[in-house]
Amino acid sequence: MRRLINRRPSRGTAVLLGLLPFLLLVLVYLIASDARLAENPNDKLLPGFGTLGESIQRLVLEPSKRTGEIELWADTWASLRRLAQGVGAAALIGLGFGILLGALPLARAAMAPFVASLSLIPPLALLPILFIVFGLEELSKVVLIVFGITPVIVRDLQQRVQELPREQLVKAQTLGGSTWQIVLRVILPQILPRLIDAVRLSLGAAWLFLIAAEAIAATEGLGYRIFLVRRYLAMDVILPYVAWITLLAYVTDFGLKQLSRLLFPWYHGKEGRA
Amino acid sequence: MSTRIATRNLWKEYGDQVVLERINLEVTAGEFCTIVGASGCGKTTFLRLLLGEEAPTRGRILIDGEPLPAEPGPDRGIVFQRYSVFPHLTVLGNVLLGLELRAAPVTGRLFGSARREARDLASQMLDAVGLGRALDKYPDALSGGMQQRLALAQSLVMHPRVLLLDEPFGALDPGIRSDMHELVGRLWRENDLTVFMTTHDLREGFHLGTRLLVFDKLRHDPQAPNAYGAGITYDLPVERADQRVLKEIAAEVAHAEALAPHEAHVT
Repeated sequence: MRRLINRRPSRGTAVLLGLLPFLLLVLVYLIASDARLAENPNDKLLPGFGTLGESIQRLVLEPSKRTGEIELWADTWASLRRLAQGVGAAALIGLGFGILLGALPLARAAMAPFVASLSLIPPLALLPILFIVFGLEELSKVVLIVFGITPVIVRDLQQRVQELPREQLVKAQTLGGSTWQIVLRVILPQILPRLIDAVRLSLGAAWLFLIAAEAIAATEGLGYRIFLVRRYLAMDVILPYVAWITLLAYVTDFGLKQLSRLLFPWYHGKEGRA
Repeated sequence: MSTRIATRNLWKEYGDQVVLERINLEVTAGEFCTIVGASGCGKTTFLRLLLGEEAPTRGRILIDGEPLPAEPGPDRGIVFQRYSVFPHLTVLGNVLLGLELRAAPVTGRLFGSARREARDLASQMLDAVGLGRALDKYPDALSGGMQQRLALAQSLVMHPRVLLLDEPFGALDPGIRSDMHELVGRLWRENDLTVFMTTHDLREGFHLGTRLLVFDKLRHDPQAPNAYGAGITYDLPVERADQRVLKEIAAEVAHAEALAPHEAHVT
């Protein structure tokens, strides 16, 4: 019998083992739902799969009586647009300042303590201020995401720039590179795949801020819908919405990973970095 | 031939630790100096001074009679033991980079016929170091020896006045090392280079260059090991050094190594 630390699953076993927790979750849900429904057929807390299926069908296919739109798609579109704008702006700002702080000791001395302080402010505590300054419309939600994740991206990328071997920067100077050229040809291309990593890691936080902002003031969006129907205990809507958000987040993460592999093959070398 | 590098009473101190003291040296264009010495004797510090990465505490360095610029520049090429090549550029891209930086201050890239000319130059250089068949590979896919060949080509395509090699073969297998000695010797003759090479391998130092420089402490205070820095204890043409002298040097370096076992290995 080999030691446990030396036993590795085959590919097929790995897939099965990976599915196991999901199957267990479904099973536990089914049992709990059945038990509750047996006691009270009108229970709303853990709807059966039949009820869930019906309401998913309604969400995906039937236009809302109030707006004439299919709510799920309208909500998805509104949320993804806010998320993309917020994360996109944060990535651009983060890239610029990350390189600036990482590459230039003067900029670092001037701004690193300030960025560190900014990153300690709980973004949600600023939400009222954002609503007052930017209004209750789109802008304040986007700014909340930007404010929430930019400091983390800046500090991460600054760290990554400083981790580039000193030898590379000296070598680039012996090849005649100016500061600008070295940023453009040596630092920037090596930081881009690390920017994708940083964005992937901050997407969870971005969703958190998005849903929090939508829960407080919005007229459409995935977070808005969940908090709206919470009043009617509509678990048959909330649960599919949560699953849908999870799926969207997963697909985004997977897409970014593949994009990085496609654009930066050198970064995903023989060690098979994630 | 004229004096390429001269140092005048060069000192380097870090805080109260004296690393180098009273280095006076005249190196003629075309010489190949190998620098040997115990760990932490200041070989690498000396190279970093020549590179312009560090400033001397006292004294001056002259290149072709002019004061050495205070930062690294294209007149002094460098190959480090590791991390000399850019992982995000292909083999060809690594050698092209210097040519592109020189010709395109704003974009750092060449296009069209200018790029084709630079490409020809770069691929000739890569042929000369034996990498003509690996143009499109990334450094990650190359062995350690191949990466060092690439680093050499990358520096030499710029035709530096001085080539600095900081333990360039320290991480390579002995067999590959002798191939690299042959290559460096050939590139040195063909490109009319002035070379400074630090090495930990005494045999490498004794046979590869034209001039051997041994760095060691001239004075030693057992109560204050940092009070005195290293100077040049031997400076002799390699062809005139006989076996007896080489044995003497080997013994002294081993002795210095034993005296300073606690010192960090500065590479």
